[in-house]
Amino acid sequence: MVTLNHYLIVSGMLFAIGLTGVIARRSILVIYMCLELMLSAANLTLVAFSRFHLVDGLPDYNAQALVFFTITVAAAEVAVGLAIIVALFRAKHSVDVEAAGKLKG
Amino acid sequence: MPAAFFYIFSAITLLFGVMVVVCRNPVASALSLVVSFAGLAALFVSLDAYFIGTIQILVYAGAVMVLFLFIIMLLDIKAEEHRQPNALAIVGGIALAVIFVGQLGYIVSQHEFGNRTTADVPILFDKAAQVQKLETIKSDLRAGVLPDTKLVGQTLFQRYGFQIQLVGALLLAGTVGVVILSKREVK
Repeated sequence: MVTLNHYLIVSGMLFAIGLTGVIARRSILVIYMCLELMLSAANLTLVAFSRFHLVDGLPDYNAQALVFFTITVAAAEVAVGLAIIVALFRAKHSVDVEAAGKLKG
Repeated sequence: MPAAFFYIFSAITLLFGVMVVVCRNPVASALSLVVSFAGLAALFVSLDAYFIGTIQILVYAGAVMVLFLFIIMLLDIKAEEHRQPNALAIVGGIALAVIFVGQLGYIVSQHEFGNRTTADVPILFDKAAQVQKLETIKSDLRAGVLPDTKLVGQTLFQRYGFQIQLVGALLLAGTVGVVILSKREVK
C-alpha cells in the first residue's frame, strides 16, 4: 500500500536529484531547471502532508495555499532569472557559471 | 488510486528528473523536465489536490518551460557539448544526494505517523458539510464530491487576502524588472 512515507521518499529523491544537478552541472540554464525541480519536490511534501492532516474532515488547505504562493513566486523567479541569463550571455558570450567569476577577486 | 499508478508516476517523475541532470543538450534537459512535471502533477492528483495538479501543468509544464525553451533557442547554446565535466563536483553532488536520501529514509522509518495510507485518513464529507458555511461547497460535499478549487479559493481569499495582494505586487515588480534588464543600454 502507498503510505505517506512513500510520498516523502519520492519527494526527497526528487530534491536530491535537483541538488546533484545544481552542484555538478556548469550550464546556468540546467542549474535553473534543477532549482525548479527542488522547488517542486518541496511542493510534493506540502501536498502530501496536507492530505494526511485532516481539518474538519477535509485536507489542510493552508498547505495548498502555500503551494499556490510557491508556484507564483517560482514563476516570477524564472522570468527574472532568465532575463539575467540573457544579460550575462550578452556580456560574456557563454552560459557557463565559471565565465561569471569576476566577484571572486 | 491503485498502488501501481503511484509507482508508475513516481518512476516517470524520478527517471526524467535524472535525465534533466544527465543530458548534455539543454533542449533535451528542458523536455525531460516537462515530462517530470507531468508525472508530478499526477502524484498531486493522487493526493486529491486537483487544483494544484492543474496549475502544475499550466504554469510549470506550460508557461515556465516554454520560457526556458525560448531562451535556449534564442541563445543558441552548443558550447557545453565538447567540454570536460568537473569530476570532483559530480562525485560530490552524487555523494551529497545519497547521504540526504539515506538520512531521510532513516528518519521516515522511525516515525509512526507516516505509516498511514490515504484509506486510513478518508475525507469525511458529512462532517465537512456540517462545518462549511458556503452553500455551493456544502452541496458539493453532500453529493460526495470534493470541491477542491472552491476550497483553495476560499482559503486564499478569506485567510490570505493580504498575501495575494503582495504576490500581485511581486509579479508586477518582476515584470518591470525583466523589461529593464532586457532593454539595451543607451549610451
